[in-house]
Amino acid sequence: MRRIVIARRRLLQGIGGLVVGFSLAPGMAAAAGKTVASDQVDAFLAIGRDGAVTLYSGKVDLGTGLRVAVRQMAAEELGIGIEQITLIEGDTALTPDQGPTGGSTGVAVGGVQIRQAAATARQALIRLAQERLHLPASELVVADGAVRPAAGGAGIGFGDLVGGRDFTLTLDKAAPLVDPSAYRLVGRSLPRPDLPAKLSGQHTYVHDFKLAGMLHGRAIRPPAVGAELLAVDDASIAAIPGARTVRRGNFLGVVADSEWAAIRAARALKATWTAPANLPGSDQLYAAVRGTAVAREDVLASRGDADRRLAGAANLLRASYEWPPQSHASLGPSCAIADVRADGATIWTASQATHKFRPVFARFLGLHPDTVRMIYLDGAGCYGMNGHEDAAADAALMSQSLGRPVRVQWMREDEHGWDPKGPPQVLDVRAALDDAGAIAAWETVAWLPLNTPGLPAAPLLAPAAAGLDQPNGQSAGLTQLNTDPPYAIADMCAQIKWLRETPLRPSNLRAPGKIGNTFAVECFTDELAAAAHADPLAFRLQMLQEPRGIAVLRRVAERMGWQPRPSPGPIDASAATLVGRGIAYVHYKNAENFVALGMEVAVSRATGAVRVTRAVCAHDCGLMINPDAVRNQVEGNILQTISRTLFEEVTFDHARVTSTDWVSYPILTFPDVPTLEIELIDRPHDRPMGVGEAAAAPVAAAIGNAVFDAIGVRLRRAPLTPARVKAALAARAA
Amino acid sequence: MVESITLEVNGTSQTLDVADPDMPLLYALRNDLGLHGPKFGCGLGQCGACTVLIDGAATRSCLIPLGKVGQRAITTLEGLGTPEQPHKLQAAFIAEQATQCGYCANGMIMAAAALLARNWHPSEQQVRDELAGNLCRCGAHARILRAVLRAAENR
Repeated sequence: MRRIVIARRRLLQGIGGLVVGFSLAPGMAAAAGKTVASDQVDAFLAIGRDGAVTLYSGKVDLGTGLRVAVRQMAAEELGIGIEQITLIEGDTALTPDQGPTGGSTGVAVGGVQIRQAAATARQALIRLAQERLHLPASELVVADGAVRPAAGGAGIGFGDLVGGRDFTLTLDKAAPLVDPSAYRLVGRSLPRPDLPAKLSGQHTYVHDFKLAGMLHGRAIRPPAVGAELLAVDDASIAAIPGARTVRRGNFLGVVADSEWAAIRAARALKATWTAPANLPGSDQLYAAVRGTAVAREDVLASRGDADRRLAGAANLLRASYEWPPQSHASLGPSCAIADVRADGATIWTASQATHKFRPVFARFLGLHPDTVRMIYLDGAGCYGMNGHEDAAADAALMSQSLGRPVRVQWMREDEHGWDPKGPPQVLDVRAALDDAGAIAAWETVAWLPLNTPGLPAAPLLAPAAAGLDQPNGQSAGLTQLNTDPPYAIADMCAQIKWLRETPLRPSNLRAPGKIGNTFAVECFTDELAAAAHADPLAFRLQMLQEPRGIAVLRRVAERMGWQPRPSPGPIDASAATLVGRGIAYVHYKNAENFVALGMEVAVSRATGAVRVTRAVCAHDCGLMINPDAVRNQVEGNILQTISRTLFEEVTFDHARVTSTDWVSYPILTFPDVPTLEIELIDRPHDRPMGVGEAAAAPVAAAIGNAVFDAIGVRLRRAPLTPARVKAALAARAA
Repeated sequence: MVESITLEVNGTSQTLDVADPDMPLLYALRNDLGLHGPKFGCGLGQCGACTVLIDGAATRSCLIPLGKVGQRAITTLEGLGTPEQPHKLQAAFIAEQATQCGYCANGMIMAAAALLARNWHPSEQQVRDELAGNLCRCGAHARILRAVLRAAENR
């Protein structure tokens, strides 16, 4: 059991008195000595004297609906309503370390663990009631917050059975779960509890959180990546009352008593930096990727002998696909508040990985990890590691230097310019058809960055600039998965060239790697179908053996009214708008969701602009805890990835990122939004799988295939911008 | 240097001591008046997260200097309704669960409120066009459209 070193007085200070707009949650006052050991029921769940249940989740709600889903899962096992549950998320002093809220694991891993804790608690409550009711377990039921005789009569409430005391029980992996046939709450589209406050300005986002005596800070990022700070002209901000600089090595910040003064100071401050020019520039990006030293080569998947089969193949096709660096582009720039003292630190952050980052912060602050507490508060949506942790590190370093709590709010150019990016990907694919028009052999070679130079994970900006040691944070994610086609191909090889570096600091951006990989694999599958003069759907179905995969593809085809024919469709040479349809399929990570996606597009011949007019998705994630929350995530995956596919590409010169606002980094807007038709397949007897990523994976491929169907030209570089489409149309005409 | 500025916010007169009248209204609302409905998104007038109503017109509070607001009536998200007594738009957003992270929701609701005030029964296309300058990063657009149309029907 982990001992919480933070003194109770300090803990309460952090939660209660100093805080504006942050209510003291039930169960919190007693939590100072609470276990966070993730094999203990008490780490996840506490029952108060009044019978109210508090859940402690290491995974957090990033706007996904986890906050209602986890309540549903636990309430189901405990025989209570979700309104009886208080949920504490991502506070390192109170919640168990369930790993980062990433990789679509919030419900699939975090929720499942909490469900098992609740099931274990349910068994314990029954045992306690047995002794007092003198009935065997088989004659007791758990309902409405009490254990009572199945035959009727008075029961004993949870508060009476265990209220205010620990369970002191190890999580029982064998504790029986409520049978799906008896579900009261799981599988229902219950409304998310946080929306009424979010929609009326009453919800406390990290941006809204304040501490007494808090200073407002801004980090001053250099004009070039890797620049060294030569001189700071403090006189340049002397006219701004209260404004002063904080310098730690090459880390530079300004603080002031008011936020506006801090902004003015950040703008006015004159500093001299070196001018390194180490970036390749985005116009040379893909040549730079191919020219990067390879650290290691891996074979992700291999069957037969693709190399030999392809070497002698008559019907050989080859192509290269390119996926650009992209930003999380969170709508609210990152923000954090840090209170760092000599004996410990408290940091309020929207990080998806407070537990993971606690030792990171402890190291660069020179503190023992047990004295560092990171508390999750909602931020603007992040889709992986955006700037949340960097803003927190900025605040922490400034707070440590000044001995005062500091709030750092990034500006728009900080977020677009300096959030760690989804890295660029290059995939070379080649394949051969057999005489029957099926795929005989396939090879993928993917060029993916191993990680940031010098660190096997994305380093935080502030300690790196300050020259402070920091251990690994998050990695760029499982970018190598789904590089292998999901079809029965006798000779197949998917190989990864792990690159030693990538131009911009990489991170895990929603469905890391899998969107670009599926873009290559599923577009190239379409290229092969076209070469075989086959209908793209039939071509896939003849090679697909996974029944759940076949089911989603058939559902999409039925909903779309798919007419079997090869692509491209008939192209009207006189039409101003060319229309097409495309389909793509993914078995996410080869282990999770089955998703099929059909897209219809309209392409303007005059401008080259692609508009997705209709998206039809069939989605199988096993058991659905909250179908509307699932649907919301599927919709978001599709719309955000349409945006990434059509509009988004981080640009940079030799010094720094140049796409630093919403004009230079445009995203999808309301006029671009297609009709969405989503079919959710419920499999209540299967394990629940995450829904935060999977439906993103096939989007780019479905669009690429639909554009090919419309204009008869294959676009292999994302985003599919008007200029690129127009060039493709011109090349076709020529 | 400090001067007093009186603002009309959500039907109440509020007097602030202001060091710089060029400070955008957003910072006064969020930091001086504790109104967290309007959000800082870009400070450039590009995303809409900071939208408030000024005399009924949807206005980017990150751009308008405090000294230029004058006596005009400011309405923030808090001024529309509360969790207990939501405005029709807030109720419609809840009914449609038209939110993911919710950071853009302020701008969506305030822009839609301005639209519905002058056009009580907009077409879907009119809502799309009206909200074209309000960005949502999570992809809640389809639900937001439905919510605005639902609110219009319930007027």
